[in-house]
Amino acid sequence: MIKSLSKYFSWIAIATFCMALPAYSQEETIQIKKPGVITDFTPPTPIVVKGYSGEVAKVLNFDLTVMGFKEVEEGGAQYTLSGSNNGSVQGQLSFGKTVIFSKVYTGSSLRSQAHRLADEVVFKLTGVQGIAESRIAFCGYNILGGGQGKKGEIYVSDFDGYNAKSVTSDDVDVCDPCWVPGRLAMFYTSYKSVYPRIFYQNLTSGERRVFSSYPGMNAGSAVSPDGTKVAMVLSRTGSSEIWVKDLSGGEARQLTTSAHQASGPCWSPDSSTICFSAVVGGRTSLYKVSASGGGMERVRTDGVGRPTEPDWSPDGKWIAFTSQASDFSICVIPASGGSATPIVTGQDPSWAPNSRTLVYVKRSGTEHLVLSVLDVPTKQYKDAYRVTGNHSNNSQPSWAR
Amino acid sequence: MKLNNLLNLLVLGLALTITGEGCKTKRVRTTPIPSGKNDVTDANPPGGSSVPSIPINNSNPISLPPPVDNNPRNVDNTSVKNPDNTFQLTKDHTGWNANADALKAEIVYFDFDKSAIRASETSKLEHVVEYLKSNPESAVRVEGNCDERGTEQYNRSLGERRSLAAREYLLNAGIAATRVDTLSNGQDKPAELGHDESAWSKNRRDEFIVLTAPKP
Repeated sequence: MIKSLSKYFSWIAIATFCMALPAYSQEETIQIKKPGVITDFTPPTPIVVKGYSGEVAKVLNFDLTVMGFKEVEEGGAQYTLSGSNNGSVQGQLSFGKTVIFSKVYTGSSLRSQAHRLADEVVFKLTGVQGIAESRIAFCGYNILGGGQGKKGEIYVSDFDGYNAKSVTSDDVDVCDPCWVPGRLAMFYTSYKSVYPRIFYQNLTSGERRVFSSYPGMNAGSAVSPDGTKVAMVLSRTGSSEIWVKDLSGGEARQLTTSAHQASGPCWSPDSSTICFSAVVGGRTSLYKVSASGGGMERVRTDGVGRPTEPDWSPDGKWIAFTSQASDFSICVIPASGGSATPIVTGQDPSWAPNSRTLVYVKRSGTEHLVLSVLDVPTKQYKDAYRVTGNHSNNSQPSWAR
Repeated sequence: MKLNNLLNLLVLGLALTITGEGCKTKRVRTTPIPSGKNDVTDANPPGGSSVPSIPINNSNPISLPPPVDNNPRNVDNTSVKNPDNTFQLTKDHTGWNANADALKAEIVYFDFDKSAIRASETSKLEHVVEYLKSNPESAVRVEGNCDERGTEQYNRSLGERRSLAAREYLLNAGIAATRVDTLSNGQDKPAELGHDESAWSKNRRDEFIVLTAPKP
């Protein structure tokens, strides 16, 4: 048992431990599994959480669940997170009787303090930065009858859907929000001026401008991880193809000529390659094209059909996408293509900065689209808090990275 | 009856006031930097507690900068290598008056996940051609639509392809390329809200919106 577990032993975690606890005994086994093969089911790491109540208890449960942990009864785990949320959040993480850290969190809200505590637990135990303080953008909308169609806004919120705020107030069809990496700025498509145009918006100043307004469709904007280029779908040549344009301006450059019905471009982390969905010869597949041009190369998604909406993990190893049979499912393939692993029912996945958690869309009953947060290795998920009222469908999430 | 109307107005007014207040409160709230990274800008000390504020519901009318780089009327398409050059979109008719009723009878329907014009639908396209030939000052916007089966981004491209398919028919019939705009609504503008084939079959369609130049 100990030997088989040691196979999964994280050297980063050991290093972290040794630095934090010089006197720590090396005899003891730390049961941590790094997501070695992300598409193999990995059991969650059990942890006892005690002393918290109300909102803080919920936040800790949500955050730890979607980062690969599972709350268990006392005695069921070697890790214990104990503390309180009386006025401010306090937390002590221990392994058996050894205290790993003990902290008091101040400032901002109790939710925020709880998020920081969860991130600290995850970082101490896995060596990977937590995601509980990260943010997402999405569309909040309803579809009205009588030919009125979609009325919605672009929203930004905490990664769990809380503190959602609309950043537009146009009451029109909006879609495809995408963050500029590391900035409070985004691109999205809006029908504000009747035809679908790509807008750039600075969320700090509120300034926005039209980024792409060619005749026909301007949609699917995706900013390269190095922050210099925007991939998008334009139909100006008479078919929907992948184009790229510099953030600094200039003309858009056409990358594909035979995708015909291209959609959903995303970038490799080194900003060299764009992955997208296209319909060639009546068949929907994922393709890659170099951001500097050249031919399209098909990406295998063995075992599942009609792949769309790809998203490349920030560590470069995986591509998540939506496949469609009788229902939509979230699937993952190695970035080079290959056998696809269906994870859960849902659509439009977007990777978190940790390259293991996804936010995606699922249908709640027949009525609403709701965002859900999924830990891929353990297949654990939690529904995000939903914007309700006039914008009760929440879709097309984009994780800020 | 009158009293009822008054009451409704009052309630509406109250609701709007409350909404307005809500926006005001939201406006002062702040949002931490994306992804919680603390090293994005030097202005943010560790901990990410100092945050720029986002003006919420930015309701000021935006002043669109002149689209110098991509003004459709100035675009030089010579760098584009596409076999379909003849059907390039050269401009659209932003600002023209839209009439959705004139060609309402000519809605073209599609098979599931297909963008090919069915033989049964070509007579409708012939009527559109006739209309455009007898109204030489007008233009048309072909709006492509999908049913809800299919992902959002996929459907937006499928709707565009349906729109482009009708455009190609009109251009082959002699209508000038500059008179036909395309617009895809994806799955966002269903004719019927139901979740069955009877609704879906009515939603997979091209609609023809007649456009006329605004009076000077």
